[in-house]
Amino acid sequence: MRYIILLEGTNPAGPPPEGLMAGIMQLGDEATRSGALLDNGGLAPSALGAKVAVAGGELSVVDGPFAESKEMISYAIYDVRSKEEAVEWATRFVRLHHESWPGWEGEATVLKVFGPEDFPPQS
Amino acid sequence: MWRIESARLIAGLARITGDVGAAEELAQDALVAALEQWPRRGIPPNPAGWLMTTAKNRAVDGFRRQAVHNRAVSRLARELPSAVDDRDRIDDAIDDHIGDDVLRLLFTACHPVLPMSSRVALTLRCLAGLRTDEIGRAFLIGEALAGQRISRAKKALRDNDVRFELPPREQLAERLGGVLEVIYLVFNEGYSATAGDDWIRPELTGEALRLGRLTADLLPGRAEAHGLVALMELTAARQPARLGPDGTPVLLQDQDRGRWDRLLIRRGLAALDRAGATGEPVGPYTVQAAIAACHATAGDYRGTDWTRIADLYEVLAGVWPSPVVELNRAMAIGLAEGPEAGLQALAANVDAPALADYPQLPAVRGDLLARAGRNAEAAEQFEAAAALTRNEQERVLLRGRAAAIGAGADPQ
Repeated sequence: MRYIILLEGTNPAGPPPEGLMAGIMQLGDEATRSGALLDNGGLAPSALGAKVAVAGGELSVVDGPFAESKEMISYAIYDVRSKEEAVEWATRFVRLHHESWPGWEGEATVLKVFGPEDFPPQS
Repeated sequence: MWRIESARLIAGLARITGDVGAAEELAQDALVAALEQWPRRGIPPNPAGWLMTTAKNRAVDGFRRQAVHNRAVSRLARELPSAVDDRDRIDDAIDDHIGDDVLRLLFTACHPVLPMSSRVALTLRCLAGLRTDEIGRAFLIGEALAGQRISRAKKALRDNDVRFELPPREQLAERLGGVLEVIYLVFNEGYSATAGDDWIRPELTGEALRLGRLTADLLPGRAEAHGLVALMELTAARQPARLGPDGTPVLLQDQDRGRWDRLLIRRGLAALDRAGATGEPVGPYTVQAAIAACHATAGDYRGTDWTRIADLYEVLAGVWPSPVVELNRAMAIGLAEGPEAGLQALAANVDAPALADYPQLPAVRGDLLARAGRNAEAAEQFEAAAALTRNEQERVLLRGRAAAIGAGADPQ
């Protein structure tokens, strides 16, 4: 079954520590090698993006950056057997940020992508 | 955690003990200890290292009681320093060998001294981390029989004194073929699951895909390892479209291609490129993947490059002679050059007596006859195919085609 993991957070001032980048590469390699990581990518700051919304009966398009304190950082798509396994990969990723970048705060959202297992056959 | 770490843990223990069966049991014991202790004491900072250390400690503790561990322990005793919980040292030792160890584990679990059913069970147990009851459910054989296959496999490895090592270079290609066969069998078992089955059956395609990706990563120079990954990714990509809402199969020509999984297609095409980049001669999996790629990149059934597919089937017949391949080639020729050409190829190249019980032979003949407008003959062939198939849903489908043609409907 497939899960998408969205990481968002607030980076402390300054460039990310080298250890973090090396750790991300290593963890990504490991997940790819095991066959679990299907696709992933880093996300540019929201200043380079936009938001399309409907509110109060109006459709609007607003260029970034957005006012939220957190930025979306990355996405990853996993092919795993259980939610626990997806959560384990997300935990490793978040722990890596926590341990190698003092002051970093953020969260990973683990979302299941609907698959055939979610649609029992109609009889 | 277990699912992610079990293969590496068992592989690391097997390198030390030289015995896959003992390694698997040691890893199990460690897991049981973890399930007892972690909820009470909290999860240790390095869970994988904890499991490894515990497994080694258990081996020593159980020395007198557990005869099954005897061989393992005698070797362990020599290696084990006084400070067993020297986590970093152990981790370093494991990390240095990790890729090789997992590869050794794969080749040992798929060893030719084992019957195929045992290879499959042991591979899923040791490499994919499936529990015995899960294997039993996945293959519809029950937990007891699955457990029997695994324990027999372990015994056979011991009795035949199979060592935990990579095959010698001159045997590598052949032994890799045996590994890929196991993985593809698991894939097809999952792919053949029907909608009403326990979810664990279709999930076998996922297990096979992950094992295939792992194997290709460990042996990046082997074309067929990438070829099998490509074939499985491209085939799995069609999964969402291959069953109708009522669970009946939908033919390739009728599938809603918008439901095909674009991510898996992209990955499959990339794996096919990697197979080509190895420079090795093509093998059956790579050629089949190339055929699947023709379908994956075609906008619709008619727009498919059938000439290329017919050529690829000819290549496939060269590396893997089989009447089924010739049958598929005849169908492709029929779509590339017209139904009569397909019927001629079928009559000339397909060993019909060898396929006497194979429903796809009359089904393909019926399809070509229908395309040639020979409806009465086509209906007969579909009826013959319906009588041969053991799959109830397929029978319904074939009877439907026979009836549609018999009623003078559009044969297409």
